[in-house]
Amino acid sequence: MARLEVLKTYKIYIGGAFPRTESGRYYTPKNAKGEALGNICLSSRKDVRNAVVAARKAFGGWSERAAFNRGQILYRIGEMLEGRKAQFVEELQLQGVSKAKAEKEVGVAVDRLVYYAGWCDKVSQVSGGVNAVASSHFNFSVNEPTGVVGIIADQSTSLIGLVSQIAPVIAGGNSCVVLASEEIPLCAITFAEVLNSSDVPGGVVNILTGSVDEMLKPLATHMDVNAIVYASTDASKLKEIQEYAVDNLKRVRHYSQDWMDADSQGLHFITDLMEIKTTWHPIENIGGATSSY
Amino acid sequence: MAKKKGSATFSIPDFTQSPRIDKVGVEERVSRFQKRSIKKEAKMQGLRMALNMIDLTTLEGKDTPGKVKQMCFKAAHLHDVHPGLPTVAAVCVYPSMVATAKKEVEGTGIKVASVSTAFPSGQAPLEVKLMDTKFAVDAGADEIDMVISRGKFLSGEYNFVFDEIAAIKEACGNARLKVILETGELVTLDNVRRASDIAMYAGADFIKTSTGKIQPAATMQVTYTMLEAIRDFKLKTGIQVGMKPAGGISNSKLALHNLVMVNEVLGGEWLTNEWFRFGASSLANDVLMQIMKTETGVYQSSDYFSID
Repeated sequence: MARLEVLKTYKIYIGGAFPRTESGRYYTPKNAKGEALGNICLSSRKDVRNAVVAARKAFGGWSERAAFNRGQILYRIGEMLEGRKAQFVEELQLQGVSKAKAEKEVGVAVDRLVYYAGWCDKVSQVSGGVNAVASSHFNFSVNEPTGVVGIIADQSTSLIGLVSQIAPVIAGGNSCVVLASEEIPLCAITFAEVLNSSDVPGGVVNILTGSVDEMLKPLATHMDVNAIVYASTDASKLKEIQEYAVDNLKRVRHYSQDWMDADSQGLHFITDLMEIKTTWHPIENIGGATSSY
Repeated sequence: MAKKKGSATFSIPDFTQSPRIDKVGVEERVSRFQKRSIKKEAKMQGLRMALNMIDLTTLEGKDTPGKVKQMCFKAAHLHDVHPGLPTVAAVCVYPSMVATAKKEVEGTGIKVASVSTAFPSGQAPLEVKLMDTKFAVDAGADEIDMVISRGKFLSGEYNFVFDEIAAIKEACGNARLKVILETGELVTLDNVRRASDIAMYAGADFIKTSTGKIQPAATMQVTYTMLEAIRDFKLKTGIQVGMKPAGGISNSKLALHNLVMVNEVLGGEWLTNEWFRFGASSLANDVLMQIMKTETGVYQSSDYFSID
């Protein structure tokens, strides 16, 4: 007798758990051939609220971890992603990507995670530093994470955009709430499973599926969200986000590049979601011939 | 044995015969209170009511006059950005902080409650507990939150517990007495009911669930059991006793569930801070954030509210 295949239920990812949307709703996106991708959670504003609460709760612990440890964990995500390559390729193909391109996409995603893993404990050395000042002060600047970041993932890719946007944000010590691609959301949830088995503390990354239009306002107006990252080219949507962001002066970052491109990575993606703290420390003298430092 | 309280005369029952509680039934009933639909306007009313019922509390070894002053200021100025909000009902502090608190809340209508009787354990001789109480009353406490001797209660010495509460009540003078049962240590709902009966017959003006130092604290099941005891006591003696769940009620939703429960078990008569209180430290900010959310339509952040 032929075996009946067990299909996977795609749920959302909040605070390290996989609940269904509190609204109980779902939608059924289809690929170009008209095949259903699955029944996907149609998240509500209350899911956004819950995700932000989880992200805020996780932010303290994550931002205070040693940067080196964050790097280890990002590398671990890369390892786990590599191990589940076949599953991602299959999902990407179902969502309309050719096999060769799908394999390349997963490969680039793994490499990107490894790239940002390396940056974790080097950001402050490169971006921060000791400043020359005209008074007897030891004056130095360090980067600190912005806080809870709302990410509207690239809508045209299922995996690479999402990974390229999440990795620099968490590398810097932020926590985030991610709205997955509405039409091709499968890899986002499978990536959540990868995160969940990679020592990433629950709540550091929260991933919601559903209508971006519906979730955008509660996320972008939320007073406890400190920044928004938007990565599509819709100018009217960007304007909408900027207006929502006014109330608590959220940092809004807009990217529009081909994430498959090897150049779509770099230190500035990390420092974009970090603040610079400068400290003035009274001291006699520094760096001169008579300096004892 | 007959006892006179105010103008009412009633006889003291045998506490070993206090009603037994059906735990499954209580759970079922309690789950119903959590399913009431409370929409915008009623919700706002409920939230404002909850704010006005809070005993803003700080009971820590590290409390300083500065910390108490800050809390008293918060009690009177919950969120000045939003004018027209009520104040909380009272501030709740240790006896050594009563004088400081009393001075700070002067003229605001906010009452000062003091814990006493060797809070939170209650493991001290009666003389010490009486002195503790008198000290707080002399310093100006309007309300006394005492703890019962749970060890004695659990070893079946109900008369000891009863006499102790009656003695403290006498020492309170005009201050209202809240009796903390510390339900987390009483283990069963049968015990909660029995301790409630003892406290009310011994002269409690309020019965209170917990110290906030032991988990579980004010669960809905426990509060429901105590509310039933209050209703029965009122029916038997005609005396109204107040209720104060304390510990664990940290968000607006839970507070609203509690208000629904009080309304449905005891009625609207109890829905004032004269007869119902929340013992909490972090509830106030959550209620404030809910009020602001309902008014602005935007989810709020604790960054914009005073520290509790």
